[in-house]
Amino acid sequence: MLVLGVDTATAAVTAVLAEVDADGVRELASAVTVDGRAHGERLAPSVAEVLTRAGRTVGELSAVVAGTGPGPFTGLRVGLVTATAMAQALGVPTYGVCSLDALGAAAGPGRVLVATDARRREVYWARYVDGVRTDGPAVAKPADVHVDAERAVGDGAGKYAEVLGVRIVPEPRYPVGAVLVGLAAERILAGAPGEVLEPRYLRRPDVTPAAPAATRPAAAGTPR
Amino acid sequence: MTDEPLVLGIETSCDETGIGVVRGTTLLADAVASSMAEHAKFGGVVPEVASRAHLEAMAGTMRQALDTAGVRLSDVDAVAVTAGPGLAGALLVGVAAAKAYALAAGKPLYGVNHLSAHVAVDTLEHGPLPEPAIAMLVSGGHSSLLMVEDLAGRVEPLGATIDDAAGEAFDKVARLLGLPFPGGPPIDRAARDGDPVSIDFPRGLTGPRDLVRHRFDFSFSGLKTAVARWVEARERTGEPVPVADVAASFQEAVCDVLSRKAIDACRTRGVDTLLVGGGVAANSRLRAMVTERAAAYGITVRIPRPKLCTDNGAMVAALGSHLVAAAVPPSTLDIPADSALPVTTVSLADRL
Ligand SMILES: [Zn+2]
Repeated sequence: MLVLGVDTATAAVTAVLAEVDADGVRELASAVTVDGRAHGERLAPSVAEVLTRAGRTVGELSAVVAGTGPGPFTGLRVGLVTATAMAQALGVPTYGVCSLDALGAAAGPGRVLVATDARRREVYWARYVDGVRTDGPAVAKPADVHVDAERAVGDGAGKYAEVLGVRIVPEPRYPVGAVLVGLAAERILAGAPGEVLEPRYLRRPDVTPAAPAATRPAAAGTPR
Repeated sequence: MTDEPLVLGIETSCDETGIGVVRGTTLLADAVASSMAEHAKFGGVVPEVASRAHLEAMAGTMRQALDTAGVRLSDVDAVAVTAGPGLAGALLVGVAAAKAYALAAGKPLYGVNHLSAHVAVDTLEHGPLPEPAIAMLVSGGHSSLLMVEDLAGRVEPLGATIDDAAGEAFDKVARLLGLPFPGGPPIDRAARDGDPVSIDFPRGLTGPRDLVRHRFDFSFSGLKTAVARWVEARERTGEPVPVADVAASFQEAVCDVLSRKAIDACRTRGVDTLLVGGGVAANSRLRAMVTERAAAYGITVRIPRPKLCTDNGAMVAALGSHLVAAAVPPSTLDIPADSALPVTTVSLADRL
């Protein structure tokens, strides 16, 4: 079955096209752009690109898998709304996977800490034993993360290596597309009902109303 | 007329998730999910709350729009979306969704300007817009006078607010008077029982010197302050605040300035069609005053019904349909959501 995977929970904008069958997951094409401000611009072209590179059409897709975060909100939503809308248009199911799992499962055996950059001097983190999540996901200041691991992966781990005080492995740095799809493979092959993709924000919204700005057309207030 | 373009429009620039479907200038569906209730307790739209609500509402609103219109996504000729201006995070949800729908359905994408969409929506009610036309867009976020030479691509800004938007002034004055948010409808209602000439509130940027530099600009912050001072003075003396009279006099001042400047723009530019849009265009006094004053100069006024004046997907679809009919090239999949998209950019088609 042809499956599209997308993840925008980190600075990496990831689209992957994979064939999923009883033998496993075979990556056909993937596109990764690292740019924390370009999720909205890059994702759709990347999806089009992986389809073209694999010589497949969008109509052949059987499912869409999306990383549900945690991640900075604005970028995270791009992946989720893209997956939701594409799947709705195609009439195929969507499956959600915790984005940190697509790092943890890719990090190999042993006790591993996954930490991604949550901005505001915090990290999103989770702990894994042999690729299976045992704690998290959560958001915390690096100094407050209970490390308890042999090594750490993720861009947040690299950024706060000194505070975390654990061996940092440079790769994987961002959620791995084919691994993301693999984590949904069981559900895909079982024909499990699709899931509504719920973002893992882990933080409440700042509730400051939009500042009135004469130049902005749609700020606080009404009537519009 | 089934040979007219069938266009889907997506709007997420503020707190309304709107998806509309039009064929030519015929409205087939106008589905709107609003997060306004969630913002009311904060006295203004909270961007992150709005963005979260857009994501949650997207698929359901799409389903509703397609069902109401009785069409499938594969039937449409194009997908249009508000690319700006608006709240950055909110816009992005709609733009990303529109790209995905367009990509999955294999349809062209049109990233369009929210302000031009407010103009285009009138075609759904009153048919093709005579060009040139003057458009006055007044809402909680915009107060603009535009010269619309060609709705498909030539729109020139004549003036805009230099401080608060007209709708924002309604919200702030409503709060002063203890009326609920959003302030437009309750002020309109309260004003019906009040005397509009009982209090002489200031008319911003209408003095002789203002007219040199700011002839077509608006300012409502001085008016809001004047209302606040007047109410405070009343409260200090222990007298009750005559809410209806304050509401009526405030509303009269806003509508006086808006209608005066709009008609001045028409006369200066020799244009005989005036379009009024945006949420404040739902105000009953503004509709009456503009219509009456325009008639004196032989200017035809077009104001869409209130449901079409507020933000919705139908307006985006209406502009998209106009662009398709005008053979404007579509946008590419890498267009940005631009929170400060200039008025002059009607669509992102030709910019990239
Ligand atoms: Zn608007």
